[in-house]
Amino acid sequence: MSIESNINNPATTLYDKIWQQHIVNVHSSGGYIVYIDQHFIHDVTSPQAFDMLLQRNLPVFSPASTLAVPDHNTPTTARHLPIKDKLSKQQINALKVNAKANGITHFDLDDVRNGIVHVIGPEQGITQPGMTIVCGDSHTSTHGAFGALAFGIGTSEVAHTLATQTLVLHKSKNMRITVTGTLPDHITAKDIALAIIGKIGTGGGTGYVIEYAGDTIRNLSMEGRMTLCNLSIEAGARAGMIAPDEKTFAYLKGRPMAPKAEYWGAAVEYWSSLKSDEGAIFDKEVNLDASEIMPMVTWGTSPEQVIPVTGRIPSLKKITDPIKKDAAIKAFAYMGLEAGQKISDAPLDRIFIGSCTNSRIEDLRAAAKILKGRKISPSLIQAIVVPGSGLVKQQAEDEGLDKIFTEAGFEWREPGCSMCLGMNPDRVGPQERCASTSNRNFEGRQGPGGRTHLLSPAMAAAAAIAGYMVDVREFGE
Amino acid sequence: METFKTVSGIAIPFPLANVDTDLIVPSRYLKTIKTTGIGEGALYTLRFKEDGSLIKESIFNQPQYKGCSIMLTGPNFGCGSSREHAVWALKEVGFRVLIGTSYADIFASNCYKNGILTITAAEDIVTCLMKEAERGRNFAVNLEEQTIVIENGATFSFDITAARKGYLLQGLDEISLTLKSVDQIKSYQVARGKQLPWQSFG
Ligand code: SF4
Repeated sequence: MSIESNINNPATTLYDKIWQQHIVNVHSSGGYIVYIDQHFIHDVTSPQAFDMLLQRNLPVFSPASTLAVPDHNTPTTARHLPIKDKLSKQQINALKVNAKANGITHFDLDDVRNGIVHVIGPEQGITQPGMTIVCGDSHTSTHGAFGALAFGIGTSEVAHTLATQTLVLHKSKNMRITVTGTLPDHITAKDIALAIIGKIGTGGGTGYVIEYAGDTIRNLSMEGRMTLCNLSIEAGARAGMIAPDEKTFAYLKGRPMAPKAEYWGAAVEYWSSLKSDEGAIFDKEVNLDASEIMPMVTWGTSPEQVIPVTGRIPSLKKITDPIKKDAAIKAFAYMGLEAGQKISDAPLDRIFIGSCTNSRIEDLRAAAKILKGRKISPSLIQAIVVPGSGLVKQQAEDEGLDKIFTEAGFEWREPGCSMCLGMNPDRVGPQERCASTSNRNFEGRQGPGGRTHLLSPAMAAAAAIAGYMVDVREFGE
Repeated sequence: METFKTVSGIAIPFPLANVDTDLIVPSRYLKTIKTTGIGEGALYTLRFKEDGSLIKESIFNQPQYKGCSIMLTGPNFGCGSSREHAVWALKEVGFRVLIGTSYADIFASNCYKNGILTITAAEDIVTCLMKEAERGRNFAVNLEEQTIVIENGATFSFDITAARKGYLLQGLDEISLTLKSVDQIKSYQVARGKQLPWQSFG
């Protein structure tokens, strides 16, 4: 709800509440100085921010509210050896040196707690309801799954947060996406998210903070909620959030940084107050019927270019918007696909299971369930699975999932961003086609010329066995 | 930050929708600890083939647009990754003004923090400006007056928040301004710390 429309309505949204609780002051520029509870920093977007502090001769304002984790440049093999790529090594070192010099906790590559920052924040119990959380990475929206206001920022804002523990912000608008009904078998949070992006478009959420509501969302596990909130940014939203509930509290209980027993009751009481009031007004409402959601796959170079796996790539006649039509023509050429073609016709070269979207234990279990006792297609160049953190990896190994993956023909890797972004050694080659559980199918995202199809972990596993994209529902268990 | 002055010259028409920041600068150009030297990667995928050879027909390789400081963009420009490197790269190759129907939130914020003006205008105006750009007409963007004047005399006015305008015109340093409230930030930490004793505020 915009601030104006709120004047006569005492009912507020979850976002309104967290926003209100964090306002420190009005800024002379006209925005608000908003307090930031937790700041995550990683190897790529923080070095320049520390320089900006140095130029101004400023210290880090709240080192204890900051956590440093290298993840983007991380090699996912031979972790014990020095990093070969000089530039990657330089960034990873810069993070370490900056963290040390400023008294910031740092999970180094040899620390079992290392991994993708958006996986380990929740895993360590650092991410909590009601917090404002930022990171120089757009998928910070992931943490909204806990009822936190979490969003990605640029490097200048990383510097601002380091120097002041606040950000200067203008309030976003409120959007509610309500999903109701029972999800069909094998349909996951990833499919819900892709269906939403297909419906509202990659710019549909621009200027909004999305709250996900409805019984389908309530029934999602915390992992599923994280996947959903993670993809809010692909719909253009500043943040995505879900009101905390018993599942949230149960997930957090006993985690290293979660409130200790003496405070637990008080924390749960506060967290329970974090929900949209009955009668709160949203600037935009979107509704989805869960029972109609299919296994989704992207065909183009934008996450909104998405269809059910059973569907056909749209014909140009169906795309009326001239700008969208141009984008589709460009995408067809890049992806090596044709209008009207069945998505299952395109043979795959690589499979990637990982990224901050789908690298948690539940994701690995879902993929392993499909792969158990089966072999991946010999036509593939490579299939890799990259756990989101050292602890996820450990747990998966305790459950024997690594064996299922390796016996099927997957490579079992060390945690990191890996093939999600084509920055570390894991890449998709030119014109190679990759079924990926990550979040972006942009041109060159996974490597120059690489072609990405986004899908869920179970779908990626099924695709690995077939060598092309198949409907996991028909694939069986 | 340097202040924004009037910008004029021809404008490059680039109507593609949903141009993401991976397209503006690929991730391999992110391996730097500086804010400069990234221009080489600016719009790389749009300028070069995978083998490194030039895409001759790319609009970004046409000689008349070299050093061009105004770009007309398609909707939802700058979506995707929050990388400020995208803005550093555009700035390094000379862009100072972007005009389009919409910009991704983080990208727009990164732009004005680096002295790049993003002008949001209605679709019909952007379409009209695209045509003028295609004709190679000169644009003069005046932030003080909030106008875009085309060579043929046509004038368009645009909206911008007072905050962004102020930052761009005066080159203010946001961090220094915020630190004027340092006492309030500290007392906020103390008060919130009492309410939420399990959370760290140091
Ligand atoms: S996994 Fe991919 S999207 Fe997630 S933080 Fe890493 S690079 Fe970004």
